[in-house]
Parts: sequence; C-alpha cells; structure tokens
Amino acid sequence: MSRKGFAVLALVVALLPLALTNNYTYEVAIVVGLNAIVCVGLNLLIGYAGQISLGHAGFFGLGAYGSAILAARYGWPPFAALASAVAGVSFIAWVIGKPVLRLKGHYLAMATLGLGIIVAVVLATEDQITGGPDGMAVPPLGVASFVLQGEKLWYWIVGAVLLATVWLALNIIDSPHGRAWRALHGSEVAAGAIGIDPARHKLTAFVLSAASAALAGALTAHYSGFITPAKASFLHSIELVTMVVFGGMASTFGAVVGAAILTTLPQLLTALKEYEMVTLGAVMMLTMIFMPQGLVPTLEKALAAARRKPE
Amino acid sequence: MSAELVQFLLAGITLGAIYALVALGFAIIYNASHVINFAQGEFVMIGGMAATAFVDSGLPLPLAAAAAVAAATLVGLALEKLAVEPARNASVVTLIIITIGASILLRGLASLVWDKKIHSLPAFTGDKPIAIGGATLLPQTLWVLGATVVAVAALWWFFNRTLTGKAILAVSHNHLAARLMGISVRRVLMVSFGLSAALGALAGILIAPISFTSWDIGVMLGLKGFAAAILGGLGSGPGAIAGGLALGLIEALGAGYLSSAYKDVFAFVIILGALVFLPNGLAGRRAAERV
Repeated sequence: MSRKGFAVLALVVALLPLALTNNYTYEVAIVVGLNAIVCVGLNLLIGYAGQISLGHAGFFGLGAYGSAILAARYGWPPFAALASAVAGVSFIAWVIGKPVLRLKGHYLAMATLGLGIIVAVVLATEDQITGGPDGMAVPPLGVASFVLQGEKLWYWIVGAVLLATVWLALNIIDSPHGRAWRALHGSEVAAGAIGIDPARHKLTAFVLSAASAALAGALTAHYSGFITPAKASFLHSIELVTMVVFGGMASTFGAVVGAAILTTLPQLLTALKEYEMVTLGAVMMLTMIFMPQGLVPTLEKALAAARRKPE
Repeated sequence: MSAELVQFLLAGITLGAIYALVALGFAIIYNASHVINFAQGEFVMIGGMAATAFVDSGLPLPLAAAAAVAAATLVGLALEKLAVEPARNASVVTLIIITIGASILLRGLASLVWDKKIHSLPAFTGDKPIAIGGATLLPQTLWVLGATVVAVAALWWFFNRTLTGKAILAVSHNHLAARLMGISVRRVLMVSFGLSAALGALAGILIAPISFTSWDIGVMLGLKGFAAAILGGLGSGPGAIAGGLALGLIEALGAGYLSSAYKDVFAFVIILGALVFLPNGLAGRRAAERV
C-alpha cells in the first residue's frame, strides 16, 4: 500500500504543473507542499506515537527565523544557515523534549502550547534581531551569484523535499522504531513491559517532527523572502494539527491530503469574504463530527467495504 | 508595602479572579465529559459583546447583563447538543479540533452579528477611584472580586447541597456507576456546558468596563483560563481558583517589575516549570493507567 501510495504521490507531484496555469496557482501549490512537509513530520508524533503538540508553529518559526537571521544579519551562506537552523532546532527539541514528554494528554497539550506562545512572543518582541511584529526580509537561497528564484523552480524544490520527507517517514514507520511508536500509542505501560523505552521513542518522534517543521519554516522564509511572527503563532500551530487530524491520524498520505485541502480551502473561501471564518469553523466541526478518524482512513474503509460487498 | 506593589497586587488579583472564573468553566466541563473546551474563551467574548450590544440598544445594565449571560448559556447548550454529543466517542485530539472549530465559528459569527470594533461597557457604579495606601482602586475591581466570590460560593452550594450538583460530581467520578444510579448523563452534560458558559459570560461582563471587549478577545482569555486550570490540576475546583489567582499575580507582577512586553511569557514559563516538577498540577490527583 505504502509503495503504491508513494508512486501515486510522485505522479501527482510530477503531473500537477499541467494544471497550474499561473504564478498564483504555483504559489498555492508550493505552500501546500511546505505545509505537507510539516504535517508528515507532525503525524509521526501525533498519529503514530500518540503525543499531542499544540506548539509546532514555534519550531516552524524558530527554523524560519534561525535561518533568516544567520543569513541576513550574520552573512552566512543561505544553505549553511538553513542546515544550521534545522540542526539547531532539532537540538532544542531534543533538550526540551526530555522533560516535556513526561507529561501526558492535556498536560502535554498545555506544555507544548506554552512553548509555542513563548517562542511567538520572543520573536515579536526582540525587534532588534527579528524586526518585531512587522517581520524581516530574508535573502534568497543560493550559492554565490546563482540564486534560486521563481515559482516554477521552487515548485520542483518543494516537491522533491516533500517526496523525500514522505519516503523517509514511510520507511521509519515500517521500521522497529515505527512499530515501537504504535505500541506506545496503544499503551505505554504495555509497551514498556515488552522492552520498549517510552521516553526514548517519544523523543525521537518529537525531534523528527520538530526538524521537519524547522525545515519547512526555513524553506518558507527563503522562498517568500519575508517572515513575520504570525508564522509562529498559536493559530498556526492549530492549523497544522488540524491538517493532520483532518487528513487522518496515523496516515502519511492523510497528512498530505489534509495539508492540501486545508491550504487551498481558505484560498477558495476568500470569495466568501466576511463569511470565511464561519465557513472554516463549520467545515472543521462537521468533518471531525462525522469523520472522527479523518478523511483518508474513512475513505479507505469505505472503499474496502465497497470492494468486499460483491463477493 | 510600597504603593507600587499594592497597585500591582490589586491588578493581579482582579485579573486572577477573571482567569479563575474561566478556569472553573474548563474544570466543570472537563469533569463531566473529559473534554477540554477550547471555545471557553468565546463565552467570555459573547458575555462582554452581548452585554454592550444590549446596553447600546437601551436596556438597563442589570437586565443587559442577565440577557447576555442567558445568551451565552444558550450557545453553550447548543455547543454541547450539536457538536460534543454527536462526537462523544471521538479521541481527545479530535474533540480538541471540534471545540477549536467551534471557537473559530463563534468568533466569525460574532464579527458578523456585531462588528470588528473594540467596545466598552460603562463601569457598574461609576469610575471614581478609591485610594488605598497610596494605590488607587477602581470601584469596578470591587465588583469583579465581589461577583467572583459570590459565584464561587454559589458553585460550592450547587455542587455540595443540590441533587443536580451532586449528580454532576457523581458523573465526573464514574459515568457508568452514575448511570446505574439513575442519573441522566446526557442532562448532566447539558447542565455543565450551560453552567460553564454562564460563568464565562459573567467573567466577560465583569471585565468589559476595565479591559474592553471585542470579537477576538476570547483566544488569549481562553488559553489563560486553560493554563490556570492546568496549573491548579485539571478538574479541581479549588485548584482552578488558586491557579487563576496565581496566574493573574504572576502576570501583573511580571509586567510591573520585569517587562510588560513579556507579561504573557512569565505565566507560561512558570507553568512549564511547575509541570516539569508537578506533572499533575498543584492539586491534581495521581492517575494510574489501567492496562
């Protein structure tokens, strides 16, 4: 299933440009890809390891600002800045993950939410370094005089990074690590009793999800050339979690589908103007009430049931 | 005590009383249903916005306040009936997303029904400041504190002296056992959502003359209330009140002595620290996982 699914995803990424007619549609597709990278990583933590995070926009923001500040204020080569930002955020996640992941359920939700808000407030307040609430300009990605610019080129870059992320995620999920996560999700005590170290495995899921958020954040910063603290806000954290849950927890392709739908939906809803928020809230509620498993797992089940019937 | 310190303490207790009311709303719903209602902050917003709208349309203040509480209670009942009850068997994360969806929906509705401007309610009994030891006290502060004390006393009476209150406590301990005793869990859920919506609206009306109200104040107030409920230990009534007051004081003292830009950060840093050492909150029970 996962190999077939990966082939379908690769095909969609390769053929999508046929349907993209102008720069605006390319832009939307790029943002979908960037969000999907975060969601595939976040899904490892929420969907597989069963640990909630309401603060991943904080990691996204740290990755974006880390790379932007190193490149713009300290003159680092953008690629080195990007790599260091992702490595730095992973390290931060590793350090804070240790105490925070001991918490469970709503207490973990509170702790991650608090972390996200702290990052957002610091980014908005330290305006000497970050430019404050108005944001800061970010130099484009490139080496020496060769600069990566233009929607079409970025589409392929983001597409390739997304496919690599999905491929990595699928392999980890099928590895002993992924099986350990699923065991933890079922019952932490039972998993511990058969020799799985809950703390270590939760931490790897946390670090991997933080790294993918930081990577997408840094790419977003260099792609759009501008970054504001809104990207690290609580609302952005909620958007990310909603994408994962909407598409379907513990389904890598669900995370991609969730990111695709919830990124394009607000673009379509802008036509509704003042009714935009009401519609978005209603769509979120209705999907979760009638498809609590999320879109992709629900459809998969329906498909399997339809296939079984004729026999 | 310096006048400055008194001033900060007064501000902190006022803020803390509001957080305590919101946190109590979280605790009541959590106890009855194990749902964290992320739309709790919107009840505060509805209370304040509806009260100003009713006052603007000519109603006297007490009537407007009562009507606003009633309106928020209806919204709370509708939320339980239409969104939480149909999804009762969903996972924790799914329920969180549903209530967040509800909060976005309610915020959108508020901006449609009213507007996106900032409103204020007239102070209940004038705004001539009272001097206390060099610090000044607004009469509205006394209203906030007094009303919070009355609300807490009424809640205590409700949960310990009435059959409905005891039924809610029974459901919070064990759904199945409560049902076997003939308690309607469905009714308990309705009552607890209505009650915490009313509490939220009360907080919104009390604070509106001091800190104003607008369609989007619910987000931060809701998060602070959740933080207070967690700090006190989820589901504990006295814990929610202590957590709310602690949060208000930390915020006011931090803003006064350290940095006002970082006032939101102090509260969350302290909570993170507290959670690392007390993973179940100040008054939380130790829970064991059943395998």
